Amino acid sequence: MFKKSLIALMTVAILLVAACGGAKEEAKKEAPAAAPAASAPAASDADAGSITGKISFAGAAPAPKNISMDATPACSRQHSTPPKSEEVIVGAGGTLKNVFVYIKAGLPAKEWPAPSEAVVLDQNSCIYKPHVIGVMVNQEIEIRNSDPTNHNVHPLPKVNREWNESQAPKSDPKRKSFPREEVMIAIKCNVHPWMRSYVGVVNHPFHAVSGDDGSFTIKGVPPGEYTVEAWHEKFGVQESKVTVAPKESKSADFSFKG
Amino acid sequence: MLHRYAILVAACTLFLVVAGALVTSNEAGLSVPDWPLSYGKVMPEMTGGIFYEHGHRMVATTVGMLTIGLAVWLWFREDRRWLRWLGVASLGAVIVQGVLGGMTVIFLLPKPVSISHACLAQLFFSTMVAIALFTSDSWKRGAIAVVDSGWPSLRTLALFAPFAVLAQLALGAAVRHRALGLAPHVVGSMVVTSVVMLASIVILIRHPLHRAMRQAAVGLMVITFFQVFLGIAAYMTRVDTSGSPQPMPVMVLFTVMHVAVGALTMAASVVFSIQILRNVRPPLEEPAGSLRAAL
Repeated sequence: MFKKSLIALMTVAILLVAACGGAKEEAKKEAPAAAPAASAPAASDADAGSITGKISFAGAAPAPKNISMDATPACSRQHSTPPKSEEVIVGAGGTLKNVFVYIKAGLPAKEWPAPSEAVVLDQNSCIYKPHVIGVMVNQEIEIRNSDPTNHNVHPLPKVNREWNESQAPKSDPKRKSFPREEVMIAIKCNVHPWMRSYVGVVNHPFHAVSGDDGSFTIKGVPPGEYTVEAWHEKFGVQESKVTVAPKESKSADFSFKG
Repeated sequence: MLHRYAILVAACTLFLVVAGALVTSNEAGLSVPDWPLSYGKVMPEMTGGIFYEHGHRMVATTVGMLTIGLAVWLWFREDRRWLRWLGVASLGAVIVQGVLGGMTVIFLLPKPVSISHACLAQLFFSTMVAIALFTSDSWKRGAIAVVDSGWPSLRTLALFAPFAVLAQLALGAAVRHRALGLAPHVVGSMVVTSVVMLASIVILIRHPLHRAMRQAAVGLMVITFFQVFLGIAAYMTRVDTSGSPQPMPVMVLFTVMHVAVGALTMAASVVFSIQILRNVRPPLEEPAGSLRAAL
């Protein structure tokens, strides 16, 4: 009796374990970015305008949080004082750094070629520099490791293919690109859990990241009516409608609340 | 001697569960991108998340070796055929567990694989505890059979309790690996705690003088009690430190304790179940010499 019960118990247990992991994740298929449905008349460069603006932060600026790098002496040795998290950087006058701004909708159905020059993402002092970058679809990102310690570079996309590769100290840069539009892709290092960066991947060159003073400029914008989106890792997204006339420099400011 | 060795393997397995929980809590699951070697080496530089991930692999290798020893020992020294095969099955389980661990690295933490890895870890630990029980002197002295005719049936409760606990552990693993929200795990905790308390109290009321079952019931109740509070502490510390740029030690501490005591809860429910299935007879099978007859 006992043996039969034990056998039955184990059989059901094995089936339950199998059921625990039964749900299948959708396979992440990576296909080339869809080409524009139809070509539209391209605006001449002479007519191109720009969108400039400033990102502001309303409310009391949160105190930057200290990062503890004690688990990796090769990292902590590079900082005389505890480094701060770059999640929220509020500048003088209440400006907000590291906001990715891009034209979300309204562009003519045109295919813009990816720039041949790579955008550099450096692992320096055990921090990803810069914290936020924007690239075009298929534009290369040159990932460097300037640190005297191992890192692993691990993007966490939802549309593109996920990968995870180690990078030895001072080794040759990795050149990577993403073939599909995706705003945003977090990049982390699992060796150093505080290391996090974000990449905005769009299929046009009309994007920018706000700087120390919260300002941004998107150049070469063809005349038209656009939806411009501003993305921040903690405070989410905001949209604004912008109409750019030929050769016009249009302003678009955004304000995030804490 | 075999019994002591089985206890050692069970203790090392619990340490392995702790090591695994440290990997997840410190977000170090993919800090070593290759498998079975680590950065192409047997021993990489143990820095940052690599300390947790490679440390977990080292403890897992040790437990694998110990399990081989246990299976061989049981095979050649144990008279009970079913126990010999349980040793072989546990060896198979530890191999499957290692492969699942490797798959989590190679396929970048696919949720079904990660959750299966967590569930099998709990079952493997319970199996080690069960083998320690089966090889103990108290077990070899034989059952003290009692008859149970009340409702709810103790044998039914005994069959239900470990599966309820395992399902709850699976929900917890799903939360940790972000396959599910917290709500099912919280609801599950209420259900499982109710089941465990009901089953344990029924034992204490109906068979208070049966030492083996009483100990199993009290052990299960106490461990479950702590587990509920550890779950609340793990959640509160996670919420409190959610804005931190990295996993904070207080959150890691309570989360790892919650996982470890979860494994103890699973093992306690299995022991509880085994003791009831062994000692409690249905009314028609009341044997001569039972405790009730003796009383």
